[in-house]
Amino acid sequence: MDRNRLRNQVASMRRSLFDQGYLDDQFIQLEELQDDTNPNFVEEIVTLFYNDSARLIQNIEQALNSSPIDFCKLDDYMHQFKGSSSSIGAKKVTNECTAFREYCNAENAEGSFQQVKQEYAILKRKLEVYLQTVRQASQTA
Amino acid sequence: MKNSSGGKGSMSTASSITTWKAGDVVPVPDQFPAGLRVLVVDDDPTCLIILEKMLRNCSYDVTKCNRAETALLKLRENRNGFDIVISDVHMPDMDGFKLLEHIGLEMDLPVIMMSADDGKDVVMKGVTHGACDYLIKPVRIEALKNIWQHVVRKRKNEWKDLEQSGSVEEGDRQPKQSEDADYSSSVNEGNWKSSKKRKDDEDETDDRDDTSTLKKPRVVWSVELHQQFVAAVNQLGIDKAVPKKILELMNVPGLTRENVASHLQKYRLYLRRLSGVSPHSCNPNNSFMNPQDETFGPLSSVHGLDLQTLTATGQLPAQCLATLQAAMLGRSTAKSSVPMPLVNQRNIFSFENPKLRFGEGQQQHVNNNNKQVNLLHGIPTTMESKQLTSLRHTSQTIGNVNMQVASHGAQSSQNNSSLIEMGQPLSRVQILNDSTVPLSVGQPIVPNGIAANVSTRNGVPENIRAPGYNLVSQTSSILNFPMNHASELPVDTFSLRSTPGMSDHTSKGAFHEDFNSEIKGSAGFLPSYEVFNDYQYKSQNWELQNAGMILDDSQHSNSLQGNLDLTQSVLVQQGFPSGQINGQNRSVPIVSKAMFSAGDSTEPGNLLNVNHHLNTIRADNTVRVKSETVADGNPSNLFVDHFGQEDLMIALLKQQQGIAPAENEFDFDGYSLDNIPV
Repeated sequence: MDRNRLRNQVASMRRSLFDQGYLDDQFIQLEELQDDTNPNFVEEIVTLFYNDSARLIQNIEQALNSSPIDFCKLDDYMHQFKGSSSSIGAKKVTNECTAFREYCNAENAEGSFQQVKQEYAILKRKLEVYLQTVRQASQTA
Repeated sequence: MKNSSGGKGSMSTASSITTWKAGDVVPVPDQFPAGLRVLVVDDDPTCLIILEKMLRNCSYDVTKCNRAETALLKLRENRNGFDIVISDVHMPDMDGFKLLEHIGLEMDLPVIMMSADDGKDVVMKGVTHGACDYLIKPVRIEALKNIWQHVVRKRKNEWKDLEQSGSVEEGDRQPKQSEDADYSSSVNEGNWKSSKKRKDDEDETDDRDDTSTLKKPRVVWSVELHQQFVAAVNQLGIDKAVPKKILELMNVPGLTRENVASHLQKYRLYLRRLSGVSPHSCNPNNSFMNPQDETFGPLSSVHGLDLQTLTATGQLPAQCLATLQAAMLGRSTAKSSVPMPLVNQRNIFSFENPKLRFGEGQQQHVNNNNKQVNLLHGIPTTMESKQLTSLRHTSQTIGNVNMQVASHGAQSSQNNSSLIEMGQPLSRVQILNDSTVPLSVGQPIVPNGIAANVSTRNGVPENIRAPGYNLVSQTSSILNFPMNHASELPVDTFSLRSTPGMSDHTSKGAFHEDFNSEIKGSAGFLPSYEVFNDYQYKSQNWELQNAGMILDDSQHSNSLQGNLDLTQSVLVQQGFPSGQINGQNRSVPIVSKAMFSAGDSTEPGNLLNVNHHLNTIRADNTVRVKSETVADGNPSNLFVDHFGQEDLMIALLKQQQGIAPAENEFDFDGYSLDNIPV
């Protein structure tokens, strides 16, 4: 029962993440890579992403706080961030990155990085919950 | 073909085992593409892990790197250890495209680029740099499942090239090549042809059988090999460089025309790309630097004589020679990278053609000098590796220097060419020697330099540049190298090449200083000097002799001869201290001039020509050195420590500037060849 409930929970959470556009097809690619040799692949990757991107975000904020703003470097960071987030299927985060990058290209860094951070944080929370549920479901199974 | 010993196929366990790292999955031919050995490079750890997992799921054998430098290291350490490389475009330590170029030229592996950037120009860049595919991130596993096709395709194409190049190109080739062949490869031709035929047959058979597998042994284009290649191409002239001829000139056992053909393609792409670089700067960053570039080509011919001799004698570091040659060649063939001329210690003059332009009399001189002059001709086998290395480096440097100098001296358009040429000289040198120098014989003369270049590509430019600049400024006063060639020397490459050489020799720096003062008068060949210095010419006399020869033969107005003479004298003069071109030093400029001119006129096979030039008057190329002036020089004195490089440089520069009107260029009048002790 618990197992089923958990599984259902996992399924519905997952569906909503996709439906709401937080995740895209690339996430499915990750899921498909998970196998016996890497049973927790998705979780590992998400964790790796968040750890690595934290550093990147720091760099970005630092760049934003410096004056004058080095837009070239900023664009570089954003490019990296975008590549990273897209590789795990973080759809909204990636979109925000693209939007912010456009601002940067116009040398106008106002406003948008917060949005990036926001989406990033939201997704993080959601994924944490989701993955935790997944783990629970697999454990009970 | 590294694997060749074992067997042609890398897939075959027996032969390929050696190339496998311990614990590697040995690809089994039947299961191809399973076991495909992939090297994936990406600085993003998340992407890297994902890619690794995906590739593993495709049953590939994956090695991951998060830095381009590490990747290059791995590739170099284990030249036949990978079948394909996947690399990100944006990386902190090295641009993905640079890595792509390196790999293409050094290892000839298919490279797939990846990026989150899907802009058209970036993708186009991938294409122009030779990437066999371009993936947009995020990469899906489906995209990776079929990457094996690139490996197969490449092999197939190489194979086809080999086949085609032999038949088609033979007919197309111009007489010039045959000329080159005459003296350079006549000796080898017979042998080469027959052996090549055999090789081709073998290869073809193997290839046919295994196109679907990874069996075909891949030739690893080491720095040395590449330099030889570049020299050969320079010698032949990039336009006329047919794989068959190149192969012939290179005379590397085990190398097939197919290998050469595919490498040539890459090289051409590379050069084309480089020529797109703004000519004005001897950009050390030019990718030109592939050590394997053929930029050395032309120079060697012109300067080759001298250079070779010098190098042969160990006086001129092989590298220098190569570089000089490259510079010289630069004019004609931008491409030639500095193929390290396997300069035999023999004096340039000594080889069969001591037909120095100088004339008979000179011949004798030459002969005498030859001993010492082993200019690049071939890096003397006896030379110690160290020497060789230095030679190489120097040659390269010289080449580089030349290039730079040339470029500066010449118009911008020429700059490129000169630069390129410089790079090539090394290759040329080898070619020149070919009769005497067994280029093929694994004398990796150049590689060191080149390799250095490659790796330090980024940093290289600086080094090279410096000398170049110096030279340039100085040269102008004395040598007006009419660098006419418009060869598209990839400046970058050239510089790259040279850098290693330069950087390798610490002495260079010192030398440089010395020269600076000295060269001032002569045209700032400093860089060249440095290069040569490293080499340490032992037989300065040789240089002088050469110079003498040059000088003596004042009658030679033939361009070539003149050029040669100059080169010799130039070389000889290298020692000249503080710009005395008049004295011993003088010869240098002259020589270089000769070299340049020689190089200019006859593109293909400049290297070869150089030798010839010395011996035969090749009117076209050589710069007319006013031999009269040269006569002054005292050959023996000429070679002073510095000489080699400076002279060569000068010569190279001159040539590049357009040897044509010798008078203009050289201004021998200015020199006081008189001083050159003959």
